[in-house]
Amino acid sequence: MTTQTAENVKLFNSGHTACAGCGLALAARLVLQATGPKVIIVNATGCLEVFTTRSPQTAWGVPWIHSLFENQAAVATGVEAALRALGRGDEARVIAWGGDGASADIGFGGISGMWERYDDVLYICYDNEAYMNTGIQRSGLTPFKGHTSTSPAGKASLGNMKQKKNIPAIAVAHGLPYVATATVGYPKDLERKVKKAMEFKGPRYLQILVPCPLGWGHATSDTITMSKLAVESGLNPIFEYIDGKLATAMTVKQKPVEEYLKPQARFKHLFRDAAGAEQVKLIQEIANNNFAKFKVEAVK
Amino acid sequence: MKKVTEGLKAVAESVALCRPDVISAYPITPQTHIVEELAQIVADGKLKCEFINVESEFSAASTVLGASAAGARAYTATSSQGLLLMMEVLYNMAGMRLPVVITDANRAVSAPINIWSDWQDAITVRDAGLIMMYAEDNQDCCDMHYQAFKIAEDPDVQLPVMVNMDGFILTHAFDPIDFPSQADVDKYLPKYKPLDFLSANNPRSFGLMGGPDRYLETRYAMAETFKSITPVILKAADDFKKMFGRYSGGMIEEYRMEDAETVLVSMGSTISDLKEAVDTMREKGKKIGVLKIRILRPYPAAEIKKALGKCKRVICVEKAISLGGPGILAAELKSAIYANANKPEVSNFIIGLGGRDVKQEHIFELVEKAEKGVCETEFIGLDKKLVEEMDK
Repeated sequence: MTTQTAENVKLFNSGHTACAGCGLALAARLVLQATGPKVIIVNATGCLEVFTTRSPQTAWGVPWIHSLFENQAAVATGVEAALRALGRGDEARVIAWGGDGASADIGFGGISGMWERYDDVLYICYDNEAYMNTGIQRSGLTPFKGHTSTSPAGKASLGNMKQKKNIPAIAVAHGLPYVATATVGYPKDLERKVKKAMEFKGPRYLQILVPCPLGWGHATSDTITMSKLAVESGLNPIFEYIDGKLATAMTVKQKPVEEYLKPQARFKHLFRDAAGAEQVKLIQEIANNNFAKFKVEAVK
Repeated sequence: MKKVTEGLKAVAESVALCRPDVISAYPITPQTHIVEELAQIVADGKLKCEFINVESEFSAASTVLGASAAGARAYTATSSQGLLLMMEVLYNMAGMRLPVVITDANRAVSAPINIWSDWQDAITVRDAGLIMMYAEDNQDCCDMHYQAFKIAEDPDVQLPVMVNMDGFILTHAFDPIDFPSQADVDKYLPKYKPLDFLSANNPRSFGLMGGPDRYLETRYAMAETFKSITPVILKAADDFKKMFGRYSGGMIEEYRMEDAETVLVSMGSTISDLKEAVDTMREKGKKIGVLKIRILRPYPAAEIKKALGKCKRVICVEKAISLGGPGILAAELKSAIYANANKPEVSNFIIGLGGRDVKQEHIFELVEKAEKGVCETEFIGLDKKLVEEMDK
């Protein structure tokens, strides 16, 4: 099933059906702004695919393919292999996109395979910290104590029991030449990292935190504020690893985690009683550990 | 000149002659020799091709899907559990109209785990939108592969094709195989020219969401395509005969059916067993023949309806079962002949599951049973003692 795009369109067009305040739509535009037109996008099933390509319309001004929820890495491998086999290697670079569910959970085996094969694919995980497209269910990247529809807070539970799966560390362990995190609240940093990633051959990993007003339960006008608070709280460190070594980490003035948690409905159960307050202390510890690990000067 | 070759290696050599651009596969018995041989052919520099080892059959199917969408001729092979793991991708590949060729070494499905031959794997994916061919012998199987790429890539088809060969019975059998020359195959199967493909020079979107306003029409288009594939399949065989001098084609094949009162219907290598039994029974004066279903999808309903217009009795001999349902070949066959003025009785028997030997005496037995009255989903060749033990 294909549909053509109008001539001379932008690489990522408006008119799609993303929710108001969607951090992901912003990320998609910023990424393509950084790569330019010579890319082929392989998109896992999820919000990005759903809101950009309701047939016969498409928001994409670059070649784009969606196959399934969990095969974006292997499809990207195939596209990249075809370009080489057909002598079209200079035509475009391949980028695979998947959400946190498609990347950390259902599609993870395929991603590990692609990294091990060392295919020349930039893998971008857009992390909105739950299965937002299907109604805010818990994923492997849902934060500690976050309420989702499948890790609900209740009398016997204070939300998600696990910490986020550390995909960047797993990526580094695969020997990737470039691994980085970014978020839409710092667009220049995001664009720089996409450009940097494109300087390397082989598999690269970029994890972009994208606030989701619907799933996180914050005002649609606060997407950028929440993105920045996610970093300033220390809960989502922004860094890059080059050839397995920490190359840069974003230095920010630390803010207490409450400032990040309180405006979000998914954490409101933590501010009702003493049991919740205990959990907030644990979350502060996670943040403090992140600061200890990543608050470093850039390596020249 | 014919060369004695193992079935799987013969398929690998045939596939290599088709010059695929991308091959991706994952090992599973009894398919492995195909991809081992192809890997060696590529490693020896005899075929310019990207050979991609992946971490699962699911990724193998996804990799060839991506390669095909980018304009490459792509191939994979699998079996049994591997095919079931590919299943989600197969539906997607067909829906995206990508002409990938897949070989399936037909094998039983777990549990119990069993690496031997039956048809349960492929029969389970028959609704996915693949063209499905069943080889009777290894020459047939090789010839099907040249034709499979031609059929899949036909601009009026643009669908994946699966070539089925019975595990071990064909895959590991050594036969004299006639391989065409590379020059002739190149003439028969020129370089793949996709109608549309992923390209930065012509940015287009593939695999869009089709809501309730478009999905029905998309599936209708596929159903309509399936109605018009038969002439393409027949032409591929006719062109093949012109180029290579032998006919290996057709939707069905009729054997000694001219005056047959009883017709045995089956697929794959089982056909050879049935032909042998029919020859014996004919010597004893029985008016019996064999109908081979060579192409299972598109289902050759019109051909079957015509072929079974005069007989009194049809016996479907099946190596798969729809548990809790009717025999699969029998059910489809009954619906194909429903409108016939002459309605033969239809019996069906389950034989040879999980690699159990099909002996001539089994075929005589099932014919005898069917002659006494219609049999529904009856198992032949059971070890009665073992059945009793399991019953306890």
